[in-house]
Amino acid sequence: MHPAPSIIAFTTFSGLGLGLLFWLGVDPEAPTGWIGFAFFLIGYLLAGGGLMVSTLHLGRPERALKAFTQWRSSWLSREAWTACAALIVMGLYAALLVFFGVQVHVLGWLGALLCLATVFTTSMIYTQLKTVPRWHHWSTPVLFQLYALGGGALLSGRVITGLVLIGLAALAQAGWWLGGDQRLAASGTTIESATGLGHIGRVRAFEPPHTGSNYLLREMVFVVARKHAQKLRLIALGLMAVLPALLLLLPFGHWLAAVAVLAHVAGVLVSRWLFFAEAEHVVGLYYGKR
Amino acid sequence: MTCLPEQTTRSLGLVIDLDTCVGCHACVISCKGWNTENYGAPLSDQDPYGADPSGTFLNRVHSYEVQPDNAPAQLVHFPKSCLHCQDAPCVTVCPTGASYKRTEDGIVLVNESDCIGCGLCAWACPYGARELDLAEGVMKKCTLCVDRIYNENLPEEDRTPACVRTCPAGARHFGDLSDPDSDVSRLVAERGGMDLMPEQGTRPVNKYLPPRPRDSWQGEVDVLAPFLEPVAEEPRGLLAWIDKTLEKL
Ligand code: SF4
Ligand code: SF4
Repeated sequence: MHPAPSIIAFTTFSGLGLGLLFWLGVDPEAPTGWIGFAFFLIGYLLAGGGLMVSTLHLGRPERALKAFTQWRSSWLSREAWTACAALIVMGLYAALLVFFGVQVHVLGWLGALLCLATVFTTSMIYTQLKTVPRWHHWSTPVLFQLYALGGGALLSGRVITGLVLIGLAALAQAGWWLGGDQRLAASGTTIESATGLGHIGRVRAFEPPHTGSNYLLREMVFVVARKHAQKLRLIALGLMAVLPALLLLLPFGHWLAAVAVLAHVAGVLVSRWLFFAEAEHVVGLYYGKR
Repeated sequence: MTCLPEQTTRSLGLVIDLDTCVGCHACVISCKGWNTENYGAPLSDQDPYGADPSGTFLNRVHSYEVQPDNAPAQLVHFPKSCLHCQDAPCVTVCPTGASYKRTEDGIVLVNESDCIGCGLCAWACPYGARELDLAEGVMKKCTLCVDRIYNENLPEEDRTPACVRTCPAGARHFGDLSDPDSDVSRLVAERGGMDLMPEQGTRPVNKYLPPRPRDSWQGEVDVLAPFLEPVAEEPRGLLAWIDKTLEKL
C-alpha cells in the first residue's frame, strides 16, 4: 500500500495522544492545575491533530460529517464516533481537573476506555481488509494497543510501565513482521486464483491494461526492496525501544527523557511507514506484482 | 445503509468469455465514453497529452500468458470491471453510506453526493474495480450502465451496458444471473463459468468463461523427430579444442 504521510502521521500521533489520555484517565492522582493543563494539551494536540490530519487524505473533506452515519457496518464510521466520544469525555474530565481541581474518577475511566476503543477501531479499519493479508490478523489490533499504551505511558512520565510496554510492543512488532511475511502466501490468493486460469498452467502478466500508471497502482501497489525493509525494521526497533530504554535507565534527567520520547516517536513513525509500505494488496497480482 | 441486502430480487451482471475476447479494448473506450457523457461525474484524465498520462477507467483489459506444462503457451485477454459481488466488502466498509447494493437488481453503486473520497472501498475491493477520480474527489465504479439498461429513450437493442453493446467479438454477455434459465446462466452452466478469487469470499455475480482447450504438443510429434535430436551435447575433436582454448583466454 502507498505509505501516505497523512495516514502515517495520523495513526502514529493519534495513537500516542490517545495513549497519553488513557493514562491520565486512569491515574488515581491525575495532575491538576497548570501541569495538568500541559499534559492534557499535549494529549489533545496529538490525538486531535492526528485526526485533523487524517481528513487531509479525503477527496471531499467538506463532507466529513457524513462519516458518522454508518456505524452499524463500517469501522471507519465507528472510529469517528469513538474518537469524538473519547475527546469529549476526556475534555470534560480535564476541564474539571484543570480548572476546578476536582477529579471525577468515573469520567476518567470512561474516557480512558473510549481512548482504547478509538485505537481499536482505527486498527480494525486495517485488520478487516481481507485484501491485505498482512494486516488481516488478530495481532494487528494488539500491536496498535501496545504502541498506544507504551508511548502514552512514556509521555505521561511512567518510566518503568512505559519501558515494559514498549518492550512488549517491540516483541509483538517483531513477531508481527515475521508472521506478516508469510501471510500473503498463506492467504491462498495468487495470480492463478485471481485470473482463474491456474487449471491451464502457470500464469504470467503479459501486458498491463495501460501504458501509464493509474490510481490502483499508485494507491495499492508499492514495493519496498526487501533488503531495505530488513534494515528499516532494525532501525525502527532500535529507535522505538532500545534507545529509549538505554536513555531512561541512565541516571535520570529530564532532557534525556525528552530525547527518549523523541526517539520512540521516530521509531514508531518508521514502523508505521513499513506497516503501509510493506503491505501487499492482492490487486497487485493482476499486475504481476509480487 | 451500507449493510448488504440479505437477498436481491435479481442479480444483474456480466459474463465474460475469455475464449472469445480478442483484447481490442473497445469495451474500455465505450465505457469511458458513455460514463463520461452521462450519469455522474465525468471520468477525468490527468496530463492526458503530457509525459505522464493517467486517468479514471471503470473497465480495463489485462493480458496474461498461460504456460501449460506440456503445451504451447496461450495468451488470454482479460477484461476486468466491477463484479457486483453478493458479499461486496466495498459496501460494508463505507462510512458514509455512499456505497450500496441495490435490492432490486443487485447493482453496486456509489452515491457521489455522499462520498467523501476516503478510498477505503477501493482498498476493500480485491479486484481493483474502484478508482477515485482525481478531478472530482469521489469514487467511481462500473454502474452496469444503470442509465442505459432501464432507459426507455434508447432503442431496445441499446438497453445493455455500453461494453456489451460495443464488443465486436461478442465476448461480453449481460443478464440476470439469479435466474437459472436466463441466457447468461445457461452459458455459465455450459461453459463452466468461474469466480475470480473465490477464496476472498466476495461471491461475485459476474462470471468468467475459461478459454476452451487448445492445441497441445502431444500426438503431434513427427515420426522423423527423433532424427532431429541434437547429436553432440559436448563438443568433441576440433570444436572441443577451440572451446578449451577460448576458455583459457
Ligand atoms: S468487484 Fe469490487 S467494487 Fe465491485 S462489488 Fe465486488 S468488491 Fe465491490
Ligand atoms: S470513498 Fe466514498 S464510497 Fe468509498 S468508502 Fe469512502 S465514502 Fe464510501
